[in-house]
Amino acid sequence: MQAAEGRPVLEARGIVKIFGQHTALGGVDFELKPGEVHALLGENGAGKSTLIKILTGAYQPDHGEMLLDGVPVSFRDPLQAQGHGIGTVYQEVNLLPNRSVAENLFLGRQPTRFGLIRRREIEARARRLLADYGLEIDVRADLSDYSVAVQQIVAIARAVELSGKVLVLDEPTASLDRNEVERLFDVVRKLKARGLGIVFITHFLGQVFELCDRVTILRNGRKIATQSLQGLSATDVVRMMLGKDVAFDHHPTGVADARRGAARVTFRNLGRKGSVAPVTLSVHEGEVVGVAGLLGSGRTEVARLMFGVDAADSGEILVDGTPVTIRNPAQAVAAGFGFCPEDRKIDGIFGELSVRENIIIALQAKLGWFRALNREDQVELAGRHAEALDIRAASPDMPVKLLSGGNQQKVILARWLAIDPSFLILDEPTRGIDVGAHAEIVRTINRLREDGLALFAISSELEEVVAYSNRVVVMRDREMVAELSGAAVAPDAIVQAIAETPAPEAQP
Amino acid sequence: MTRPTIELRPAHEPPGPRPKTLAEALVRPQFIALATVLLVNWLLFPGFFSITWQDGRLFGSLIDVLNRAAPVAILAIGMTAVIATKGVDLSVGAVMAIAGAVAAAMVVAGWPAGLAVAAALAVGLVCGLWNGVLVTLLDIQPIIATLVLMVAGRGLAQLVTEGSIVTFADPVLIFIGTGSVLGLPTPVAIALLLMTGAALLVRRTALGLLIEAVGVNRSAARFAGIRSSALLLVVYAFAGLCAAISGLIVAGDIRGADANNAGLWLELDAILAVVIGGTSLLGGRFSIPMSVVGALIIQAMNTGILISGFSPEFNLVVKSGVIITILILQSPLAASILQNRRMKRGRT
Repeated sequence: MQAAEGRPVLEARGIVKIFGQHTALGGVDFELKPGEVHALLGENGAGKSTLIKILTGAYQPDHGEMLLDGVPVSFRDPLQAQGHGIGTVYQEVNLLPNRSVAENLFLGRQPTRFGLIRRREIEARARRLLADYGLEIDVRADLSDYSVAVQQIVAIARAVELSGKVLVLDEPTASLDRNEVERLFDVVRKLKARGLGIVFITHFLGQVFELCDRVTILRNGRKIATQSLQGLSATDVVRMMLGKDVAFDHHPTGVADARRGAARVTFRNLGRKGSVAPVTLSVHEGEVVGVAGLLGSGRTEVARLMFGVDAADSGEILVDGTPVTIRNPAQAVAAGFGFCPEDRKIDGIFGELSVRENIIIALQAKLGWFRALNREDQVELAGRHAEALDIRAASPDMPVKLLSGGNQQKVILARWLAIDPSFLILDEPTRGIDVGAHAEIVRTINRLREDGLALFAISSELEEVVAYSNRVVVMRDREMVAELSGAAVAPDAIVQAIAETPAPEAQP
Repeated sequence: MTRPTIELRPAHEPPGPRPKTLAEALVRPQFIALATVLLVNWLLFPGFFSITWQDGRLFGSLIDVLNRAAPVAILAIGMTAVIATKGVDLSVGAVMAIAGAVAAAMVVAGWPAGLAVAAALAVGLVCGLWNGVLVTLLDIQPIIATLVLMVAGRGLAQLVTEGSIVTFADPVLIFIGTGSVLGLPTPVAIALLLMTGAALLVRRTALGLLIEAVGVNRSAARFAGIRSSALLLVVYAFAGLCAAISGLIVAGDIRGADANNAGLWLELDAILAVVIGGTSLLGGRFSIPMSVVGALIIQAMNTGILISGFSPEFNLVVKSGVIITILILQSPLAASILQNRRMKRGRT
């Protein structure tokens, strides 16, 4: 862990990026030294990808400045950033799979003679180049003939050739097996020894400790810390990633155990191969079961199985003790389930439709084609739920896309409350919502619980999970690994459970 | 938590596309466009608006515009629902040819006309279902899925007619093409009936809202528990049925089934009519009556060019001009320019 001393090769100061009403980055500093591998960590929506896009020229910051080797720079586009020495390799290799390895390496800058491409020259140079990366392969074969790991290394070789100062690796290991990861790490270490500054983004904490020198942690568009990984434990890192943003005024533990009613829904060995290991869980009336776990731990996948978005290949579902078949969301809605999905824009709202229509649509889908809610019913239903959830819209007839994120989330909540659900799944209900609305949604969840609803709520913010959950299940590596209840529902205990094995505590 | 903040009074600016009053409806750009085209026609041909009653039916240029517009209007009724789901049906012209060929071949072979009509409609329905299956079960992009039948359908129609134009003298089929009902030409009466029926069906049931929801966001529709596959099947089948009706009218009009030319390129007119009517090709909000208005605008232009003495080729150029204008007006660029101008006006 010999983070090179001296002047940073890339420095960003006070970067602000605002999308509409949403502040993606609120004054973030970032500093990368030559010869270091710098991990960038944060949950979805923390601002990681926005920061990366700004560093690599895909976005322009609204405020703040960037310095490359101490000189202020601003990039029009990724090509210009590349010209200045900043290269990026993404999770999905974006090269041309149907062209040869050699062509991919030299695409756009092929050595030519008399306007003709010098194929032999390209191939010889490609072989020499890849030998530096310990890769001896037939460079004339199509890129797609090789494994993703090899393609990644080719992409890295190309990026380093083109840029040569800074290399951004955006989740390069997501689809690699253990050996391939090792191979990739060897390459990264070599590049580090050559003095490149490397930004490494991943969801695997173990890899961070294995490879990186320093870490920068983002949360909700703010930098939480930049620290040397030496002396830092996995628990510390998880705590910083999932830590406290908003103070919540209510904590149900203790009170609610007494109020807990009969089991509303029971999932027995519900699982899907390659997605989630079988989960057994009951959710009771008047209870919130919180789900904690890092991104990629399988938390969203469980919710999708419960709601029939993905069909389970094992297990059964009981509602009030009676088995039900749920192979698609329509069947889930018929069984009285509701689901507020993680990605509101893609899976939740009907942007062009009105607030009123967005609220009544699930009930209408449940009623079927020919039992239409008339206008008066719609107005009454939408008005009642909008008032109960305090939805702020100038008119119920305005398109829902004009509302703020928090109000859109409440519209989707209202949509499910309108079907009078027996079981409600919330996947990241407060993602991308400003602080005020955030606390309000948490209050609403608590109120729904008090009203006797059974809820299953996923969140990456521990304080939030603790604020509304009676019990918390912890997911790790696509498996339910712990269930905490009573006094154990506390941030520290959850962090412990999440961090238990994936990263060896940084011991000397 | 007692603040009631949603205001249920009518908004100052009606944001939805559905106007509150008849007067508001009549100042829509489509009606202005239709009025303009009709006015130009009247200037070119002063007798344009005169309508006479003769032999128990109405005659006149205006009636002629309605009559000629009917086949495209009927196609547009079905096409509206398809486009509202973010799809498109390129096969309707070919399905017209198939339906006409089936009906003609059957009456010529001696089948009763009622059965021939029923068979033609059933064939249209099956063609539509075929498109629906490709789009939903196989998840093929609608433009490609319906291209299959657009190409193959004309071949099928030629197989039915054995390569020749099958002429007939069946009074029922001829009545569908050229007869009159309550003084109106039969095609106009059919189009009116179909427009009213379809518009009532989608607005009095939940079908309209569900179709719009699927068109706006198919993924969100799935999460909301809408069975979009069944809905899409119905929508494409309905477009096929409309195409068959249109095919019967065109065959009845010329008293024969021409597999090569019946309905040729009419799918494009139908799409144009829907787009002129204000339904976006991106799916979502739709209006069946406005699509019929779109078909009327197209036919009024055609008639205008004919009576003005220009050659018919000119027609295509004018039509493409209209398409370009509409596409520009619907483009994101135009939307942002309009928004900027509005914001500037707001500031000053």
